[in-house]
Amino acid sequence: MSILGTRVVRTEDPLFLTRGAVYTDDLTDERLTGALHATFVRSTVAHGTVTEVDASAAREAPGVVAVYTAEDLGDLQPVPPPLPFLDAGFSRPWLVPVGGRVHFVGDLVAVVLTEERYQGEDAAEAVVVDVDPLPAVVGTAAAATDETVLFPEVGTNKVAAFGEPAPDDFFADCEVVVTRAIANQRVAAAPLETRAASAAWGEDGRVTIWCTNQGAQQAKGQIAGWLGLDAEKVHLITPDVGGGFGAKIGADQEYAFVAWLAQQAGRPVRWTESRSENMTGMLQGRAQDQVITIGGDRDGTVKAYSLVVQQDCGAYPRIGTVLPTLTMLMAAAVYDIPKVHAQATCYATNGTSIGAYRGAGRPEATAAAERAMDLFAAEIGMDPADVRRKNFIPAFTEPFTTASGATYDSGDYTAALDRVLEAAGYADLRAEQARRRERGDARQLGIGISAYVEITGADSGHGTSENAELEVHPDGTATVLTGTSPHGQGHATTWAMLASEQLGIPVEKITVLHGDTDRIPDGGGTMGSRSLQQGGAAVHQAAVELVEVARKRAAELLEANPDDLEVDLANAGLSVKGTPGTGITWAQLAADEQLIVQTTFTANAPTFPFGAHVAVVETDVESGKAVVTRLVTVDDAGTIINPLLAEGQRHGGIAQGVGQALLEEILYDEDGNPQTSTFADYPFVSATELPSFELVEMATPTPMNPLGAKGIGEAGTIGSTPAVQSAVVDSVAHLGVRHVDMPATSMRVWKAIREAQKGSTN
Amino acid sequence: MIPSQFDYVRVSTVDEAVAALAEHGEDAKILAGGHSLLPIMKLRLAVPTVLIDISGVEELNYVRVDGDHVAIGAATRHHDLEKSEVAQAEVPLLPHVAARVGDPQVRHRGTLGGTVAHCDPASDLPTALLALGATVVVAGPGGRREIPITEFFLGFFETAMEEGELIVELRVPRTGAGGWGYEKFTRRENDWPIVAAAAVHLPDGSVGVALANMGGVVLKAAAVEAALAEGKSIEEAAELAAEGTSPSSDMHADVEYRSHLARLLTKRALKVAAGETEASTAESTAA
Ligand SMILES: Cc1cc2nc3c(=O)[nH]c(=O)nc-3n(C[C@H](O)[C@H](O)[C@H](O)COP(=O)(O)OP(=O)(O)OC[C@H]3O[C@@H](n4cnc5c(N)ncnc54)[C@H](O)[C@@H]3O)c2cc1C
Repeated sequence: MSILGTRVVRTEDPLFLTRGAVYTDDLTDERLTGALHATFVRSTVAHGTVTEVDASAAREAPGVVAVYTAEDLGDLQPVPPPLPFLDAGFSRPWLVPVGGRVHFVGDLVAVVLTEERYQGEDAAEAVVVDVDPLPAVVGTAAAATDETVLFPEVGTNKVAAFGEPAPDDFFADCEVVVTRAIANQRVAAAPLETRAASAAWGEDGRVTIWCTNQGAQQAKGQIAGWLGLDAEKVHLITPDVGGGFGAKIGADQEYAFVAWLAQQAGRPVRWTESRSENMTGMLQGRAQDQVITIGGDRDGTVKAYSLVVQQDCGAYPRIGTVLPTLTMLMAAAVYDIPKVHAQATCYATNGTSIGAYRGAGRPEATAAAERAMDLFAAEIGMDPADVRRKNFIPAFTEPFTTASGATYDSGDYTAALDRVLEAAGYADLRAEQARRRERGDARQLGIGISAYVEITGADSGHGTSENAELEVHPDGTATVLTGTSPHGQGHATTWAMLASEQLGIPVEKITVLHGDTDRIPDGGGTMGSRSLQQGGAAVHQAAVELVEVARKRAAELLEANPDDLEVDLANAGLSVKGTPGTGITWAQLAADEQLIVQTTFTANAPTFPFGAHVAVVETDVESGKAVVTRLVTVDDAGTIINPLLAEGQRHGGIAQGVGQALLEEILYDEDGNPQTSTFADYPFVSATELPSFELVEMATPTPMNPLGAKGIGEAGTIGSTPAVQSAVVDSVAHLGVRHVDMPATSMRVWKAIREAQKGSTN
Repeated sequence: MIPSQFDYVRVSTVDEAVAALAEHGEDAKILAGGHSLLPIMKLRLAVPTVLIDISGVEELNYVRVDGDHVAIGAATRHHDLEKSEVAQAEVPLLPHVAARVGDPQVRHRGTLGGTVAHCDPASDLPTALLALGATVVVAGPGGRREIPITEFFLGFFETAMEEGELIVELRVPRTGAGGWGYEKFTRRENDWPIVAAAAVHLPDGSVGVALANMGGVVLKAAAVEAALAEGKSIEEAAELAAEGTSPSSDMHADVEYRSHLARLLTKRALKVAAGETEASTAESTAA
C-alpha cells in the first residue's frame, strides 16, 4: 500500500515536544561562546531630521564594549532597494547620520554591543538622539499628494506604477455599474519567533551566520552583497524557525549588521529583537487601498471589472512594491469576465516596510473580486452564489488564460462552490436567516461566500526549480538534502514519505536536512506555497533516479539483466522479478560504493489551487459584534501527499484569514506613531474566536509536476478573509448595509448600521 | 522589554511589608501577581528600584464571612476568588467577574488587591467592587484604616492610598441570592473590556451599577442608580448610563460608540440582574 495520501504523524514533533525547538536565540554552538549582545537604538519619531546623536554616556555604561553611530560605519554603503528598477534614492542607511532623515518609528540610529543582553537595553536608553520632526506621511492618500516627500533626492513618494487607466468607455455597455473604495489593511505577520541573528568569524576568514529565515541561500547572497563580501566567505544556517508567514523572506539589514559587528568587535555577536521591536521593525503585509468597479447586466452577467490599487510600501520600499503586480495578474480571479482592467501605484510612507504576507498579492485580488461580486449581486438583487455561478470560468483541464493575463492549469470552480454550499446547508442557512430577519432578532445570521484561485510555485527568485540530494547509507538509513526551508510545514515528514514511497525505507530512518548553505549551496527556500510542488517533486525525482543508479550497479553485482530487477519495497532494495527477497538492498549497495543522487526538478509553470469558503457569523445588531459560528471550506490543492499536514496548513490559513477580516490592523496616529506595537494592542486571532472548521475534500491533480500537487500554504487565508467579511456584511444587509471595511470591528459594524438607518446606503 | 535594575525583597507578614515600605520610601513598589506591574516595568513606564513581594503573605490570602460582609485578603488570586465557595454563595457577582479576567494564566497570578491598587479604568473586578459598594482596608505606619471604594479611585492610576500604605483587605456586602449581572464587551474572549457594566441588587434594596472604561477610573453609573431608586424602568434608567462619564476615544471605540455600549450593557446587566434575560457573556461561544 502506498504511504502517499496517508496521515503520517510528524516526525519532527517528538523532539519539539520533549526537548523543544532550537531557535536562533537558543543556540549553544561553541562558536558563539563569549558572544556580545547587540541592541539597536531606533528612532521614536516617524519622520524627521536627526540633529544629534550623542553616545558618550552610553559608552560609559556598565558592560558596554562599543557603541556605533553613523560616523563609525567605515565604508559600509547604504542598502539599495531590492528591485533593480527602483530609484537608488530609496536606499536604506545602516544607521541614520546626523543631518540625515529617519523615515519610520524603528529606523536604526545607533547600535550598542554589551557583554550581557540586559545591559544593552540600559545602554541603548543612554544614547541621546534628537530629531527635528517633519510632517509624517501616513497612508497612500497622503503620500500621493507629495506635499511632504520622504526622499527629497527622489523628488516624489511614488515608488512605482504599473498599468494604465481604464478607457473612458470601459463600462459603457453595462446596465449596472457599482464602484467602491475598499481597504485591504496593513497587518503584522507576528510570528511567535521574532527576528534573531548570530554571527561568528572563523580563523579561516569565513563568517557563520545563524538567523531565522525562510530561505538560507537567498539571505546569504543578500548579506554577502550588502557587506561587499565574497559569497564563499559566508556560511548561513537557519536553525528551527518559529513561523515566518512571508515576513522572513529575504535577509533583513539587522542580520547583515550582526555579521559586520562581529567582524568589527573581533568577537561573536548575538541579537534577538523584542516583541515591540518586531511589531515595528519586521516587514508587514497587505496595505492596499483599492477602488473596485464592476459592471454588467441585470441578468447577472458581469461584463467589465476594474481594480485600481494604491500600495503602501512603507518607508524603504522592499518586495511589497511588486506584490501589486500579482494582484493585477490575479484580478480576474475565478471569473470569465470579458474585460478586466487592473492598475497599481506604489508609494513610500512613514511606516514599516511592506513585504510578503501569507498570500502576498493574491489575497488582495481575491478580496477585491469577491467584494465586487457581492456588491454587484446586492445591486441587482440576485443571490451571491448565483452571480458567481453565472460568471465562473467553466471547468477546464487544459490551460485557461484570463482577461487579466494569468494562465491557470486546471480548475472546476462551480464544483468547488457547489460542494461547499451543500456541506454548509446553504438553503437551510438562508431559511434560518430569513426567520431571524422576520422576527427582528438581536442576533442576526450572516452567510458569506468566497470563491478563489491563487498562484502557487511562481518564480520567487529561484525560477520554478528546486534541488534535492538523496543518499542511502550502509546502515540502511537515508539522508535527504533539500533547498526548501520548512518552518512549521512538516517537510521532514513529507519529504521522507516521498523517498520512502520509492525506496521502501521507513520514514523514521530518513533524515531531512535543510537551511545550511555549506551543505546545500543552492535552493529557493519556502515561500509562495512552492515547497511540495517543486522541492517535494525534486525529492521524488531523486528517489526515482536513485533506483536507476542502484539498478545498474546491482545488475553488475548480481550479473543480472537490469530489466530483470524490480524494486522490492518490503526489503528496501532490488530483487529479481518474481522472486522477492532474492536481490540486494540499498544498504548493501551503499556499503559497496556511495549511493547518492543529486537532482533538480523544474516545473513547466506555476499551479493554481482553488476553492470556495462559506462563513457563517452571528451579529449582535445592537452592539455590532460579529462572532464566527461556522467555517466550511473546499481547498483544492491537487493531490494530497499527507492529509494531516495539508489540513494543518488549511487550519492555520483559515484562522489567519479570519484575523484579518475581523480583528487585525496596524495603525498609526497622524504623526506616524505606531498604535499597535504590543500584543496588548494588536489582536491576532485566538482559538476562542474560532469555531471548529468543516473541511470538505476536493482534489484536482495538476499536470505540472509528477506528484499532481499544488500549493496549500496560503489558500486558507485567501478564501477565509473575504468569506468572513462578506458574512458580516450579509448579517446586517437587511438593515441597508452594503459594505464594512476590514477589520470588521464592532464599532465599524455598528456605525455602518446607523449610517444605513439614517437613509444613506453606506 | 527588559526592566531596568531593581532590588527584590520578599516579605511574609503585613508588618514586614509596612516596615519595608517605610524603609525604601517612594522608590519601592509592592509586587503582588506582577501581571500589571511587570509589563509596565518591561516597557519602562515604571522604574521602581525596590520590589516588595507580598505574594507569599499567607495572612492576606483568604475569603471569609465576617458579620454582614465578606472579607477578602488582598493577595487572593483571581482564580481562588473564582473557585471560592464562600464567595459563590455570599457574593456571586465577584467569582463570576473573576472568571472573566484575562486568561487562566492571568487569573492564577493576578490578585484582588493588585487590581484595585493598580487602578486601571478598564479593570473588571474594581468595577464589580464599585457596584457592590466595597470597602478597602489599608495598612500603613499609622495602623489600619478603611476607605469606601467610592472614594478610593481618584484618577488615572491614582488612588487614595498614601505613601507607605498597602491594601490588606476588601470588604463587600453579602448579597446572597440577590440578582446581579455583568456584561463585558471585548474584541476577543481573553481581552480587557472595551466597556463593561456591573449591576447588583444590594441588601439595602438598592441597585448598584458601575462601568469600566468610561473615564479615567472605573465609574459609578450614578444617574442610573438614582433613576432606578426613583422607580424608573430599566430601559429608562439605562439610557442615562453615559451621563457624567468621560470616555476616551481609541481604536476600539470612540466616545459615541463607548457611550452607546455603556447604555446597552447597562440595560443588559440590569435585565440579567432582574432575572428578565440570560447573561450574554459567553458571546463568542454562541453557536
Ligand atoms: C495578559 C493580561 C490580560 C489581562 N486581562 C485583564 C482583564 O481582562 N481584566 C482585568 O481587569 N485585568 C486584566 N489583567 C490584569 C490582571 O488582572 C492583573 O493581575 C491585575 O490588574 C493586577 O494584579 P496583580 O496582583 O498582578 O498586581 P501587580 O502587577 O503585582 O501590581 C499592580 C500594582 O498594584 C500595586 N499593588 C499590588 N498589590 C498591592 C497591595 N496589596 N497594596 C498596594 N498596592 C499593591 C503594585 O505596586 C502595582 O503598582 C490582565 C493582565 C494581563 C497580563
